[in-house]
Amino acid sequence: MDYNKRLDGRDFDELRPMEAKAGVIKKADGSAYFRMGKTIAYAAVYGPREMFPKFMQDPKKGVLRCNYNMLPFSGAGGDRVKPGPSRRSKEISAVTEKALSAVVDLSDSPNAVVDVYIELPQTDAGSRCCGINAAAIALADAGIPMRDIVAAVAVGHAGNKIIVDLDYEEEHLPDYLEGLDEKDVADIPVAVIPSTGEISLLQMDGIVDKAVLFKALHKAREAAMKVSEVQRNALREKFVAHVSDDIDNNENGFEENQY
Amino acid sequence: MGLLIKDKQVVVPGDILADDLGFIPGFGTYRNNHNLVCSRLGLVNIEGKVVKVIPLSGKYLPRRNDIVVARVFDILMAGWRVDINSPYSAVLSSKETPEFIERNEDLSKHFDLDDYLVCKVTNVTSQNLVDVSCRDQGLRKLRGGRIIHVNTHKVPRIIGKKGSMVSMIKQATGCRIIVGQNGLVWVDGEPDKENVAVNAIRKIENESHMPGLTDRMKVYLEEITGVKISLLNEGDYNGLQ
Repeated sequence: MDYNKRLDGRDFDELRPMEAKAGVIKKADGSAYFRMGKTIAYAAVYGPREMFPKFMQDPKKGVLRCNYNMLPFSGAGGDRVKPGPSRRSKEISAVTEKALSAVVDLSDSPNAVVDVYIELPQTDAGSRCCGINAAAIALADAGIPMRDIVAAVAVGHAGNKIIVDLDYEEEHLPDYLEGLDEKDVADIPVAVIPSTGEISLLQMDGIVDKAVLFKALHKAREAAMKVSEVQRNALREKFVAHVSDDIDNNENGFEENQY
Repeated sequence: MGLLIKDKQVVVPGDILADDLGFIPGFGTYRNNHNLVCSRLGLVNIEGKVVKVIPLSGKYLPRRNDIVVARVFDILMAGWRVDINSPYSAVLSSKETPEFIERNEDLSKHFDLDDYLVCKVTNVTSQNLVDVSCRDQGLRKLRGGRIIHVNTHKVPRIIGKKGSMVSMIKQATGCRIIVGQNGLVWVDGEPDKENVAVNAIRKIENESHMPGLTDRMKVYLEEITGVKISLLNEGDYNGLQ
């Protein structure tokens, strides 16, 4: 069966409304809030700091350590999420780490660790993407050297259409729409490095053929650019408020050492 | 073509700063094919053909000859391990103290746990092992007063040109102030004057981006303390006193 109109009335390549804010957690070295529709993520970055346990240190470069956590009351569908690490949250932590380490450069912090904590108080599908988006802003806010800010978004295939940024109902489309089968629906979270178009996260739940996958990835890159713009604006907003254009000449005192 | 940003603009990682080969990548930037791309969150600084980014956030990374305020957190066989508000701790050797220490002497008699010191970074290795020394004029243990934390990247503003900003606060409040490059500031004086000094430092931190900061701080301090500040006695400032 065809999927001709999205359940929430969006265009097929339209993302859910996004909102981002940098520097929301005072005690963290860097932090961010990211919202995609009804999915909300907070990310806090601590470090670089000394790494314990010591045997996990890497003398060649710093280590990035991510932790993804859904809060018990956060689940869509109404069920309580059992607190604590689960098979699912460990896996998402690991892929988040890989998606982000493609851009961060910790070669100046050997033996140190950068901890990223992602907490989700409310989810409605796309939580790993939302978490990656928040974490990427938080890492930049913490002043970690990085090539680019990773932007993530889920794309999917339902019936004969490619859809962008699925929500919970679309991920479970056969439950909501008569005539659609499990095998007609696929969900593909993608993380993109905007400046190069490289992909640092690619997962898939469902079945699609090759041509559709390539089309979907094309859509994902386009959508990631929109996400990236929101992320960048959030960071600029935080710091432009602190920095006006007309700073006294030579008074920023970076190179000239006043001592 | 050419430069895509203005001098002193806020940039975020991934921003393309210039799109031809006419510019040289400095700190906080890298080259990707023809593009010059930002890799740190900060302010762009263009000096001739060199484009660099002055970071606005991030941890303190020790550099040689920095004066830092450090906290003793461990006592070793022949020295102390000190926390310098950085990802890496530093070692103060017992040979680098103001007074001579006999062999087998109890090191905690000199510097005990949780003492604060002013010291100088003498060496930083490629693996970021840090040595500090207390054997120079003005380097010592800090007694009394209070420690406040400020953003490391705002420290040059708090000090001012040749120490003009701190010397103003010192004149107005009569406090002794030491600003560590690592973002720890020691303030010692009359309790209410200490508060004035701390508030002044916070004000500098918050308004460091706005023009005419020195003049505004002068008016602010004179108003609060009623002390006339003369900006004339800018001496050679070594970060101490």
